[in-house]
Amino acid sequence: MKSHITIYAGVDKNGNKENYTKIILKLGEVVSIVGHTGSGKTLLISDIEQLSQKDSVSQRLITIDDKLPDFEERFDPEKKRIAMITQNTKCVSDLVVEEFLKIHALSRNIFEKELVEKVISLANKFTGESITGEAKVTELSGGQTRSLLFADAILIGASPIILVDEIENAGINKSEILKYVKNENKLVIFASHDPAIVLATEKRIIMKNGAIEKIIEHTDADRAVLESVLEADRVIKYVQEMLRDGLELGGGM
Amino acid sequence: MKLLLVGGPPSTGKTTVVQRIIEKRKEKYKIAYLKMDVVTAHEEALICDTYGIEAKTVYAGDLCPDHAEVMILTDALKWAEGICADLLIVESAGLCLRCSPYLNQGVGVVVLSMLAGLHSVDKMKQLICFADVAVLTMNDLVCQAEREVYIRKLKTGFEHLKVLETNALQGIAVEYLCSMVDESKELDINTLELKGNPPLGTCSICMGSKKVGWKNHYGVVRQIDSNVSDYMYRGD
Repeated sequence: MKSHITIYAGVDKNGNKENYTKIILKLGEVVSIVGHTGSGKTLLISDIEQLSQKDSVSQRLITIDDKLPDFEERFDPEKKRIAMITQNTKCVSDLVVEEFLKIHALSRNIFEKELVEKVISLANKFTGESITGEAKVTELSGGQTRSLLFADAILIGASPIILVDEIENAGINKSEILKYVKNENKLVIFASHDPAIVLATEKRIIMKNGAIEKIIEHTDADRAVLESVLEADRVIKYVQEMLRDGLELGGGM
Repeated sequence: MKLLLVGGPPSTGKTTVVQRIIEKRKEKYKIAYLKMDVVTAHEEALICDTYGIEAKTVYAGDLCPDHAEVMILTDALKWAEGICADLLIVESAGLCLRCSPYLNQGVGVVVLSMLAGLHSVDKMKQLICFADVAVLTMNDLVCQAEREVYIRKLKTGFEHLKVLETNALQGIAVEYLCSMVDESKELDINTLELKGNPPLGTCSICMGSKKVGWKNHYGVVRQIDSNVSDYMYRGD
């Protein structure tokens, strides 16, 4: 994949044609997918993950750089260039963080010595609970795991496309992540209910009844609202920290 | 008749993969399904009731299930031929991971769960090496980094092996497996042969003795710290 993917319209849950001809998503873009539960967010994510060729429930067709993907590009994991991070993804091998990253880098033929350090320090920007190289990956908390996987996907991962399915409750610093992914010339797609993520992306795809309802490019007004959302987020974080520290809240904040 | 042989460790999703294949090809072929297991298996009823195709279970019992399969396979082929099937799907329980049930004909599929971790590839070499295609399941639960390493290990360790990540529950990528079956040749029972040698295992334990300790046994048994030449143990 060199520049973009194109999604051609499929059908909604009732079999009616979707209300667009095609949607182009480019490398370097950060996009969100929003909609109520059951509106088709995860299906759209999985269509992109599988590069659907009218063979999924939605019957969408997806091309890479205006070409139909061949079988290998869709299903040969070595040629497929799409990474997925969800609430469910876990590290299952009994390895320490350093070893884990080293093995991944080696499998990608990357021999840069400082890389492991870089990934760990990037991951630590995403999470409040510090990750060390000696910690076991299986013992990391949810937030630490997701932070490490993000940093790994950005710095070591092969995939130009990163799909993120609902990670809002994972105890990670969303604005830091968004700041970094924007500079990496990857196409990053968040399916999310979290206004702080949705508003921080460049455009949002609205899902309804299994179909892409519309696409909204983000305006200055959106960016202004994002500021208040982030402010509210900070207040919540602050109170959360106080509660975690066992402080009593009498006397106001 | 064509043959599809599905092996792999327990609970990796073999039956689910088989079900998705049956769904996609039950119009094209008359399918017969044979499950090889050790003590209990519920697949026969499941496959039979769900798809209305001929299914059979064989319990290996005391016999190693892969050894049992070697012995039973010709009978199974005759059974399938007898009911005019044109595709026989054999699902093997695959237990000790030292045998490889795959044959010089038909399509050999090994179903592996990514939840087993990175080292599992090394531990299951003998099983994997004679399969034509590895189907990786439960990949949606495992992080991208480990998926990439796991696949890289399979690809570099077994050059001929096709690797397929699939979400068997949704049936994605199953069409490819089906097309491998479509393209496979008709079986010739007279030249049917295992691809690899099963491991040695001929001792009095294999024959049912439950006694413990060297003095009670004879046959081909490995001793701790022994050399290959010391394999033969003749008891005291």
